[in-house]
Amino acid sequence: MQINVIEYFENGALRKCPQKLAVKDASRECTFADLERFAKNCAALILKRTQARNRPIPVFLGKGAENIVADMGILYSANAYANLDVKSPPQRLQGMLQNLEPEVIITSAAHAAVLRGLQIPEEKLLLFEEAMVGESFYDNAALLRRIEPVIDTDPYCVIHTSGSTGVPKGVALNHRSTIDFVDWAFDRLGLDGSEVMGSLAPIYFDAYTLEFCMLLAKGSTWMVVPDQLAMFPAKLVEFVASNPINFIFWVPTVMVNIANLDLLAKTRLDRLNKVFFIGEVFPTRHLNYWRRHLPGAMFVNLYGPIEITVACTYYIVDRDLDDDDKLPIGYPCRNTDILILNEQNQLTQVDEPGEICVRGSSLALGYLNNPERTAKGFVQNPLNPHYPELIYRTGDLGYWNSRGEIMFLGRRDFQIKHMGYRIELGEIEHAVLQVDGIRNCCVVYSQARKEITLFYECDRELPPAFIREKLMVTLPKYMLPTVFHRMELMPRNPNGKIDRQKLVASVN
Amino acid sequence: MKRLPELLREIRPEFDFTTSKDFIADGMLDSFDLMTLVATLDKTYGISIQGTDIVPENFKNLETIENLLRQCGVTA
Repeated sequence: MQINVIEYFENGALRKCPQKLAVKDASRECTFADLERFAKNCAALILKRTQARNRPIPVFLGKGAENIVADMGILYSANAYANLDVKSPPQRLQGMLQNLEPEVIITSAAHAAVLRGLQIPEEKLLLFEEAMVGESFYDNAALLRRIEPVIDTDPYCVIHTSGSTGVPKGVALNHRSTIDFVDWAFDRLGLDGSEVMGSLAPIYFDAYTLEFCMLLAKGSTWMVVPDQLAMFPAKLVEFVASNPINFIFWVPTVMVNIANLDLLAKTRLDRLNKVFFIGEVFPTRHLNYWRRHLPGAMFVNLYGPIEITVACTYYIVDRDLDDDDKLPIGYPCRNTDILILNEQNQLTQVDEPGEICVRGSSLALGYLNNPERTAKGFVQNPLNPHYPELIYRTGDLGYWNSRGEIMFLGRRDFQIKHMGYRIELGEIEHAVLQVDGIRNCCVVYSQARKEITLFYECDRELPPAFIREKLMVTLPKYMLPTVFHRMELMPRNPNGKIDRQKLVASVN
Repeated sequence: MKRLPELLREIRPEFDFTTSKDFIADGMLDSFDLMTLVATLDKTYGISIQGTDIVPENFKNLETIENLLRQCGVTA
């Protein structure tokens, strides 16, 4: 019985293929044996600093072998990794670090300056370079003893997501929820170690969890797509074509761009045989474009918020869909139950919309240091008055169709998906209201144009550059509005609240 | 095309785009900025920049972007 995610590695790739190429990034190539040495060195360094268990350890590193080594090292130290975005604005980073309350942070010589700028004491910084050396300086038996008492409900990682009150929430996932999802994915989606992943997902996304576990358990190769290529779809396609990549797990935004630019007609991606996507709705017209160009590939639509561990439903595209058909989010993953509940908390009928709620081992532990939000999202199953049983209320709306598939409809609140990022419009509004002179604001999203639009009340017109400059201190790039409208007075509802519907209608 | 430096400033207010010779290498534009820039240029000049033209060579500096705009039919 597997309890700890790191056992995937001990019993999987490390035994099966120690000399195989594990990770290839812009500057390094590592085998699985290399990863073992680096990761266990890293664990030994962590344990020199702290003997704490089950604590989140922030990883403030770029994507590549270094973050894999740090994440593995943290697991060997019986703690939970929290991969952070190195591009986070200082104030947001500060907020996340305060919430994590770390005793040690894994970073690099290059990135440490940012942390020093936030007054993080020097003794908390652990540089990954000390672990990635030729020699081994760990005690293997001691490390294995160290992880022996871990139980599967202990935290495995913390992933941050936008919070409507202005501070990101840290979702704490456990080993059990992760193994529950990953074992299902290996089995149902036919993952066997032959994959060479063209990895584009940021390491602070949950798509990374699946890639990381494929690497550890199956010995799949993790090939990092250079950051800059994501900017240039034509270059991205060329990169996939010129490397032995046969598996991608991307957000639809990138794939839609490639389809719109008709890049697959010019560059053939014949090796690609598994195309998974997650994070937002993939328009069927663009999916059909991909399917026409890759007729032999398996296309899988995965759906789920971070709080239920990567995905709770899946749809293996198994039939021809018309361009204007909606793509199902499909069926519950095994050992996951989906309840679609109406306003009265009753199960909905076929075609009746309701809130998608999730039941099972896949549920996260909750939000770190945030019992109020945890209690709001993770609630007693209203259909079960007999014993304690939590469900997660996703806030997403959906329905069962007559084929028995789940269809996604949208949100019941002000959360959006923009370029694959999950954003609470409230977090943007919170930041806008910190700008001097702005009395009131409302941020809306234009789905059609993919634009975040800011309406604000102010005595005078503020230059967009000025507003963006102010917001960049607290908000990451993907949350910055790109369209700005000043208003003397916002439209109001009869009850005096800002008439959001009217503003939404004006941009759509 | 007089507005180009101004448009860039709206996207990344903290940089001086008139002095850099390579925005990409200097880390002044990332993928979000580039998408915003392409959309802004399309809207401002009433053009449609082709995907095959969204390559690093065309977005290195003011001169290369101006060349691209000219190829797209922008005259002023």
